[in-house]
Amino acid sequence: MAVEMSSDEGRTALAVDGLRLSFGGLRALDGVSFTAREGSVTSIIGPNGAGKTSLFNTISGFYRPGAGSIRFFDTPVDGLRPPERARLGMARTFQNISLFQGMTVLDNIKLGRHAHMATGVLEALFYLGRARREEMELRREVEERIIDFLEIDHIRNAPVSALSYGLRKRVELARALAMRPRILLLDEPVAGMNREETEDMARFILDVREEWGVTILMVEHDMGMVMDISDHVVVLNFGQVIAKGDPGQVSSNPDVIAAYLGSGEVDDLRARVREAAGAAGGAA
Amino acid sequence: MRIGTAKETYRHDEALFDTPVQRWWLAGLFVAIAAFPFVADAYWIYLGCLVAINIASATGLNILTGFTGLVSLGQAAFMGVGAYIVAWLEINLGTPFFVNLLAGGLGAGLIGILVGIPSLRVKGLYLAIATIAASVILHFVFANWTSVTGGQSGLTMPPATFLGTALDQPDKLYWLIVPVTVLMVLGASNLFRTRIGRAFIAIRDRDISAEVLGIPLLRYKLYSFALSSFYAGVAGGLWAYFFRVVTPESFPLVMSIFFLAAIIVGGMGSILGGILGAAFMTMVPEALKLIVGWLSPWLPDAVALLSPVRTIVFGALIVGFLIFEPRGLAEAWRRLRRFFHLWPFKT
Repeated sequence: MAVEMSSDEGRTALAVDGLRLSFGGLRALDGVSFTAREGSVTSIIGPNGAGKTSLFNTISGFYRPGAGSIRFFDTPVDGLRPPERARLGMARTFQNISLFQGMTVLDNIKLGRHAHMATGVLEALFYLGRARREEMELRREVEERIIDFLEIDHIRNAPVSALSYGLRKRVELARALAMRPRILLLDEPVAGMNREETEDMARFILDVREEWGVTILMVEHDMGMVMDISDHVVVLNFGQVIAKGDPGQVSSNPDVIAAYLGSGEVDDLRARVREAAGAAGGAA
Repeated sequence: MRIGTAKETYRHDEALFDTPVQRWWLAGLFVAIAAFPFVADAYWIYLGCLVAINIASATGLNILTGFTGLVSLGQAAFMGVGAYIVAWLEINLGTPFFVNLLAGGLGAGLIGILVGIPSLRVKGLYLAIATIAASVILHFVFANWTSVTGGQSGLTMPPATFLGTALDQPDKLYWLIVPVTVLMVLGASNLFRTRIGRAFIAIRDRDISAEVLGIPLLRYKLYSFALSSFYAGVAGGLWAYFFRVVTPESFPLVMSIFFLAAIIVGGMGSILGGILGAAFMTMVPEALKLIVGWLSPWLPDAVALLSPVRTIVFGALIVGFLIFEPRGLAEAWRRLRRFFHLWPFKT
């Protein structure tokens, strides 16, 4: 996989062009365009209500945009429903974790592979032939590639409802990985986490990119993490892209400072954020 | 965490019964089931057959309501469809019972798919009402399509035959009903080790994220309806062979409520729950009847006095379960097992 990634670097994984989405009179997205390069980490930032989650929901197929198009590795996906987009390799995690509470961690992760399996109802009832073979293959891969990788082997048989918030986020990432993703859409992967959990998650995201060659597109509010791990940052405000570029360019863009970080000195603000985060980390 | 259950292959870890102790108990259970008709009297064999039929149907409803989260009050009507198909085939074509049962299941499954179509849009109580409407329509058909269903007087059918032997008594039918039920319960258990069963649970727990994972909601809800009504249809067919008279009154709405109560008492979303619930709901009224019988030497009017009390006790037991054991008998069973796993280190 790593070899594949390096040879293909520079291809466009996701191209969003002129996306418009309205809810009644409210324009949630107003001509949003950007691209995510294959194998990159692209972050979408912006103040609350800027349209980040609407953008994610449009990309994964829940909302039909009024105008604009989405291409996924040169395939137009505009007419496809969410399950079909999932089958193409779009995996996603949610802002409010959306694991299946009544199941164990292992079953949750296995569900990620659903679209890539072929067992039918009859085979399932008798658990013979393909059903058994597919389940065994899946179990092996989930154990050896995903559970080990994300260091969740101690909780594999625990019900999801018994887990801490940080672990649930990690299980959700595991489930997304089981989908054989070509792009991972992460909606606030570290929201509500302490410093240590955030650092773990940042490490996992970078490892996923390295080892699996997966393109990452994420929405995140934790500026420290966004600036540390992103290759490319897209800033949304009131449904419009007001800036894009590498983290350095974006954080020095005056529009961004005015719209998002508030007016004033960025370095000063950054120092304050670091200080607060350090204090929180120390307390934990 | 249990000790002494180390496994070396994923296959062992994925087995339905994954410890030697469990397999021994299971073997013991099968021996007991096989020995039952030789030691029990006719009345108990009759009850055993009834429990098995109810287990088959309750397991079907559990697939739909307990695992997929779609509340249905049409289970009895689907059983009726299966029963009528089996009776009609037995009377008019005389085909072998396994063909009839399969046809009854498939017919009920098709009707189930039709009834399930609204489930994409309506959920919860609304879906329950939609299934009630469907069962009212089915009852109307049972009562009025006289040329096929025999109208109000219903169909009276000959017994099933196997290699020339008429299965006309409970002690013979037992060997038809119980194996079919065991097969269906094992099938349902297998289902939830595979992608299909996981998809059902995913739809129950959070349908939006199920869709993101690539699960087409309507198709899987219809699978669930089809399977559930297939189970009901086969159970209804067994019911027809058991009573040999099928009338529109055989499968009233209250019977659907009975099955819903059975899986709630037993434990929704647990195969064991469906089994325990159906057994409980069938046996408790009989047990109460027995107790009243034992009291009669001391209380001459016991039967007259205590019959109404019996119904009240039965109702109170169900309410008690809802309050004290909302996750059902299956959960109580799990707790009991855990107690013995840890005993004597922790009591």
